Amino acid sequence: MPEPAPTPPPNAAPETAARQRWMAVLARTGLAALEARLAGAPPLPPHTRLRGPETGLVMLRGRAGGDGGPFNLSEMTVTRCAVRLADGTVGHAYVAGRDKAQAELAALLDAALQDPAQRPALMAAVIEPLAEAQAGAAAAESRKAAATRVQFFTMATMR
Amino acid sequence: MAYVAVKGGERAIGNAHAWLEETRRGDPSLPALSVAQIEAQMGLAVDRVMAEGACHDRGLAALAIKQAQGDLIEAAFLLRAYRTTLPRFGHALPLETGAMRIRRRVSATYKDLPGGQVLGPTYDYTHRLLDFALAAEGAPPPPPAPQAEAPQEHAPHVTELLAREGLMAREAEARGEPADLTRAPLAFPASRAARLQNLARGDEGFLLGLGYSTQRGYGNSHPFVGEIRQGSVTVCLMPPELGFEIEIGEIDVTECQMVNQFHGSKAEPPQFTRGYGLALGRGERKAMAMALVDRALMAGDLGEERTAPAQDEEFVLLHSDNVEATGFVEHLKLPHYVDFQSELEVVRRMRATAEAALRAIAEPAREEEVAE
Repeated sequence: MPEPAPTPPPNAAPETAARQRWMAVLARTGLAALEARLAGAPPLPPHTRLRGPETGLVMLRGRAGGDGGPFNLSEMTVTRCAVRLADGTVGHAYVAGRDKAQAELAALLDAALQDPAQRPALMAAVIEPLAEAQAGAAAAESRKAAATRVQFFTMATMR
Repeated sequence: MAYVAVKGGERAIGNAHAWLEETRRGDPSLPALSVAQIEAQMGLAVDRVMAEGACHDRGLAALAIKQAQGDLIEAAFLLRAYRTTLPRFGHALPLETGAMRIRRRVSATYKDLPGGQVLGPTYDYTHRLLDFALAAEGAPPPPPAPQAEAPQEHAPHVTELLAREGLMAREAEARGEPADLTRAPLAFPASRAARLQNLARGDEGFLLGLGYSTQRGYGNSHPFVGEIRQGSVTVCLMPPELGFEIEIGEIDVTECQMVNQFHGSKAEPPQFTRGYGLALGRGERKAMAMALVDRALMAGDLGEERTAPAQDEEFVLLHSDNVEATGFVEHLKLPHYVDFQSELEVVRRMRATAEAALRAIAEPAREEEVAE
């Protein structure tokens, strides 16, 4: 049985793992939040569109019994984009939903973040604060869930 | 004649659509509902439309609900129609519900279990009394829900606890690509994957009634809720151009594992079996009903006698889809003038024959004439 997978997913060389992490953060970031972070970040390099941004469907899958063979659950809207920088670096984005501007910015950031010269500033100004906010929101929700956990032993300990 | 009728129909349809639009909007002195409001405050309706429309997109489902005046089957139909306009990019990796970020998790089989009983934002334990405070305008939003000191811990699947003891049948390994009902029609006998896909997009009311029937004796199942869990799971994709797995977002799902007794067969020792339900969003009733029906449909595979409607694969799977059912039921209101004309002719002829036969009995003297 798979244990909870902390991001990033397995199978990754360090470089790939770093890329998976920022792509995961960007996919969870709406356009408004992304633009707000970019306002305080170094300017992004010029880019050309290779593909999209375009909206399509991805088929979601479940597992029979939660851990058995896969089955098709439902489709989901996804928007993807691929961009190229002047130096030939290609950036990709696949993000849930239909926001083309978010997908294009995410692809552009993916390209820019692959450049070791630009990465530290962009990680500090964009990715890390977003990751922190996402982790904070998840933790707050998780604490709300924990507050609704039934404490069966309350009576026994109230002597 | 037919030409004139078509022209008249066009104007009538146009006017009917204009009136529909006015009716949909309702009293113009009231503010219009925004799609964002529907998405945020009618979340369970949005979840149901996504599940039965078989397309995860909260904004589109909310728009469909607005357009359909809250008719959720019509809204699911709109979503199904919209999805046909989009290209398919591929399929996601199977959702790992065991790694779910849990918002709710309850088990009716174990009181104390790893991860605990987590109630989450549930209507259970409410008194079902109308809350007139909600009818007041301009009430302040409720305060944020309390937070515990420590976040909710990871909770393993209950079925895994039973499987480790050998008391729960393991799921069979699947071979090849799972069936996809959006690409190929159902064939019988259906694979487990096809059944689960069909049930996942099936009508909640239909599955609820069928699930209920299994509890009332039509199908002899004795289920326990091994576990219901609700929360966020990560959607992962492996785009070929990247060659590695990426996360593309998170979605909410509800999963139900029903645990059923199984007396064993020649091949299998007595053990528990499971019925499985998985629904988009917070579709708890749907996931529970799906799990009951999934287990009922295993009757054939487990060598149980199939006697009840819920155990009849063709009956269940061919009638679960509310978009298909709506289409066939509602097509009856379309013009059937020619069909009906021929039926009229037939009924008139049959009546004439029957009346003639009656006359013949009443007047035996003229029998030879009628026979001619």
